[in-house]
Amino acid sequence: MTTILESDAATTAVPQSTNREGLIFEHSKRGRRGYRLPDLDVPEDAEALPASLRRGEIVDEVEVSEVDVIRHFTRLSKLNVSIDAGLYPLGSCTMKHNPRLNEELARTPGFALSHPLQPDHQVQGNLALIWHIEQTLKEIFGLPRVTMQPVAGAHGELTGILMVHKALAKSGNARKYILIPDSAHGTNPASAAFAGYQIKELKSNSRGTVDIDTLAAAVTEDVAALMITVPNTLGVFETDIKRFAEILHDKGAYLYCDGANLNSFVGIARPGDMGIDVIHSNLHKTFSTPHGGGGPGAGPVGVSERLVPFLPTPTVEKAEDETFYLDHDHPDSIGRVRAFNGNFNVLVRALTYMRSMGPDGLRRIAQIAVLNANYIRARLRGSYHLPYDAPSLHEVVFSDKLQTPKDVHTLDIAKRLMDYGFHPPTIYFPLIVAGALMIEPTESEPKEELDAFCDAMIAIARECEERPELVRSAPHTTPVRRLDEARAARQPVLRWKR
Amino acid sequence: MTPEDSRYAKSHEYINVEGEIGTIGITDYAQKELGDVVFVELPQVGTQLEAGDELGSIESVKAVSELFAPVGGEVVEINERLAEKPELINTDPYGDGWMVRVKVTDPSEVDELLMTGEEYDEYVETESH
Amino acid sequence: MTNLPDPLTSVHRYISNASEDVREMLEVIGVDSIDRLFETIPDEVKLTALLDIPGPWSEIESRRWFRDLASKNKSAADHVSFLGGGAYLHYQPACIDQLLLRGEFLTSYTPYQPEVSQGTLQTIFEYQTHQCLLTGLDVANASLYDGSTGLCEAVLLAERVVCNRKKVVIARSVHPQYTETVRTYVQNLGYEIVEVGWTADGRVDTAALREACTSDVFAVAVQSPNFLGVIEDYDAIREIADACGAVKIAVITEATSLGILTPPGAHGFDIAVGEGQAWGIPTQFGGPYVGFMVVKDALKRHMPGRLVGETVDVDGRRAYVLTLATREQHIRRGKATSNICTNEALIALGANMYLSLMGKEGLREVGEQCLQKTAYLRKKLNGVGSVSLPFSGPVYNEIVVRTPFLAAQILADLEHEKILGGIPLGPFYEGHDNDFLVAVTELHTREHLDHFVAALTAAISRERR
Repeated sequence: MTTILESDAATTAVPQSTNREGLIFEHSKRGRRGYRLPDLDVPEDAEALPASLRRGEIVDEVEVSEVDVIRHFTRLSKLNVSIDAGLYPLGSCTMKHNPRLNEELARTPGFALSHPLQPDHQVQGNLALIWHIEQTLKEIFGLPRVTMQPVAGAHGELTGILMVHKALAKSGNARKYILIPDSAHGTNPASAAFAGYQIKELKSNSRGTVDIDTLAAAVTEDVAALMITVPNTLGVFETDIKRFAEILHDKGAYLYCDGANLNSFVGIARPGDMGIDVIHSNLHKTFSTPHGGGGPGAGPVGVSERLVPFLPTPTVEKAEDETFYLDHDHPDSIGRVRAFNGNFNVLVRALTYMRSMGPDGLRRIAQIAVLNANYIRARLRGSYHLPYDAPSLHEVVFSDKLQTPKDVHTLDIAKRLMDYGFHPPTIYFPLIVAGALMIEPTESEPKEELDAFCDAMIAIARECEERPELVRSAPHTTPVRRLDEARAARQPVLRWKR
Repeated sequence: MTPEDSRYAKSHEYINVEGEIGTIGITDYAQKELGDVVFVELPQVGTQLEAGDELGSIESVKAVSELFAPVGGEVVEINERLAEKPELINTDPYGDGWMVRVKVTDPSEVDELLMTGEEYDEYVETESH
Repeated sequence: MTNLPDPLTSVHRYISNASEDVREMLEVIGVDSIDRLFETIPDEVKLTALLDIPGPWSEIESRRWFRDLASKNKSAADHVSFLGGGAYLHYQPACIDQLLLRGEFLTSYTPYQPEVSQGTLQTIFEYQTHQCLLTGLDVANASLYDGSTGLCEAVLLAERVVCNRKKVVIARSVHPQYTETVRTYVQNLGYEIVEVGWTADGRVDTAALREACTSDVFAVAVQSPNFLGVIEDYDAIREIADACGAVKIAVITEATSLGILTPPGAHGFDIAVGEGQAWGIPTQFGGPYVGFMVVKDALKRHMPGRLVGETVDVDGRRAYVLTLATREQHIRRGKATSNICTNEALIALGANMYLSLMGKEGLREVGEQCLQKTAYLRKKLNGVGSVSLPFSGPVYNEIVVRTPFLAAQILADLEHEKILGGIPLGPFYEGHDNDFLVAVTELHTREHLDHFVAALTAAISRERR
């Protein structure tokens, strides 16, 4: 990783690698082949398909060799940053190390080549695995059951809120509203809306947390649930959470926890003990399955006893003879939330990780994740404005307040960080902080990487003072520089055309 | 310089009334806050609106804002040019960047509900602190 | 606090900082122990013991345990598989997995910062293009979770676009688990789902469809090839849907069929949605897979999911960026058209690599081989007494086979021959307990097909006795 420090070289340097790699469609040459199939070994039947159903040539599709393909994708890969290459401090994304053992075991042929519609007796290994990961998550959550069907956090949220809806409807009144703090991620209100609820936004207090009196006033008999993130999107733990649960349960409402920030307290405390009724977890965050440029993921949902009847169907059960089976007998289930069995091979990776960590490893994750984030907080607090004084756990949110007098903003700081070889933190989220910079290092990061990051951030803060135009026009050394995003949205070009 | 011949809503729309017809758009302050406009969603001609009704939305690259009717009226014309050139809202919010023309239902609403240019400027001053 | 490990001395190979680092960092922070950093978590919920879960395991132990678990499965690894029903066994080129394991692809994130994510962004742009070329429609997204949730998204999209209508017509021959998922998704939204059955040839009953397509229907969804393996008459369906102004949704669960069959875009459909697993992704007991959605240009602002667009940077270089983001939930929040953040990006990349390697000729050849091998199997099965192929419509690579005996019984027999012979239809459709679905791909040799026929014949005579 090269470090570009403040110097004139940074402004005049020619970018290391300009993006000269064209589109695969531009590489295509008539007659090239990238594959070979065995010769057809059955007699050809001209009547096999009516002519009217047969498509002609797939116009403009590519003809390239294997060499072309390897070269193309290899070159493109070099334009990406990645966790393998360095710190990726995106808040609430938990960009931790992706262990390679996970990849190896997911590729075990017995797993990879099993088919979702095989009868139970043929897939005992798979069903056992799903059962085992549920047991482990039950223990981590402190909740009686967990569904493994949802394939992403947002998918888990929808599943959870649908269960709440059904449970309340069964008691006679599905109710109308879901309470959501203004610091919440946008998927929360979106999921609530998809499930048929209206949203009432709760204003955070001066600590950035939910104010208990505000909550008490807002919880009426029309409220189905409160959706909160714990700790919240500022990294601050909701210390009153058990009391929130009491207030809600008193009025027959539910407490939903967005588990995106589980990395901060796994093994230290359990959601079930806090009175949480339903929580989704992101296996691609806390449990190390790779982000892969945006997925796949998995979003298992843990529920309290009251919600168990409404879990998605089927569930995996263990029979008395120690065999496993899919149980479809759930008359009150919300139904299935996806075809087949969820992202099974993501579950394989996550369970591999859970076993690699063991109980002490899982606890250490939270301890070091919180240590790393607080270290960054301590090192950067002189250079950047800390909008909320409350102690934070595994992530810390700064703002650009100290830099805006020089007309340098969060976006510019983020872009300049790229010149120092780092992927920027999350920017402009949570919305309650203007110019938010949300930093989550995770527990994987060694101290020297954190120091390099802090050194870079401090150097940039100095640049904001002394050479703001350098920051405002960043990045300078990336394969491409700032993009015209307005043009991309005004005149959308969403595919290649000849 | 906020034009004095128009009236302004707290939600940063303006209306410039000539005879029965009011031309509605967003203010210069609003377009600056929004950034580069990339898309505008406007109501159908014929839509009946009351003051405060949502009449459409305006998108920049990173944000979307609802547009609200400053007074009640019937939509008689929309600015078709914005489909091709939404940036007119940034470059000329009071002129070519106009969005919707309405036949004002109750002309008294214009003074009752809205602010003058001077009042709007003051309002913006206090709001941004 | 008895068996809790000391954070100063415990260590793990995935967590770099060890005691020396911890000590230095605590000093900078200004606290004397890590526990101090957790004071905001109330004592009443703090755990005083370690979680009761297995581990930590070394790689040696993990390999042993997981491999043992996998060995309890029967799968295409050690059986000849004819399983389809929405997940298909196709040739996976060796390149793909190797490329997917590159750290720059495997361990990168959603490309929010385009300047350092051009690799991911350009590959998505290319994949969007591939999807358009194959479906004949205009705008594709970066991916959805899978075909079933994709259909849900298509239905939600159609309702947004049409407005003031509450009914959606879904053919019974659309994958039953897809329709089940749609029912879950729309359960609180006040929609009515009307199902339309099939005629003797296995195609959608157009008379019933016409009757169902009233003026309060906002969308019609059909699958082709459908769950019975039969290829639908897109034109007939389009005509009926257009007459009532409904959005036309084509569902595709066997993506390789697009290599040889006329695509939905060529027949005037508005949305093509489905499952990309057949493009070189292993069956993996159901996931991770990759949903795709491609729409007519007029619908692009209603699309869920990420979209990558082309633009230029300040130096005029061509570059790619996530665009039309204002549809999404991190901006529109409660009014989002899309609630997809994490999608199936890495799987989509694998599908993209497959499409690039196979290319124009490969996709056609795969399609042709699947078609021909299936035709061969059909002919041979027609020659076996007591076996019938109940649906006469045209097929691609999947057929319904019927015997006088329970499918479950016949398939159990075939399992003894190390053949995963098919998928019983009984659990999906009442009255079809003797039917099962058989899928054929380019991986089956003539010997496999002959052996299947012989084994089936033997199974039937065994049942007779």
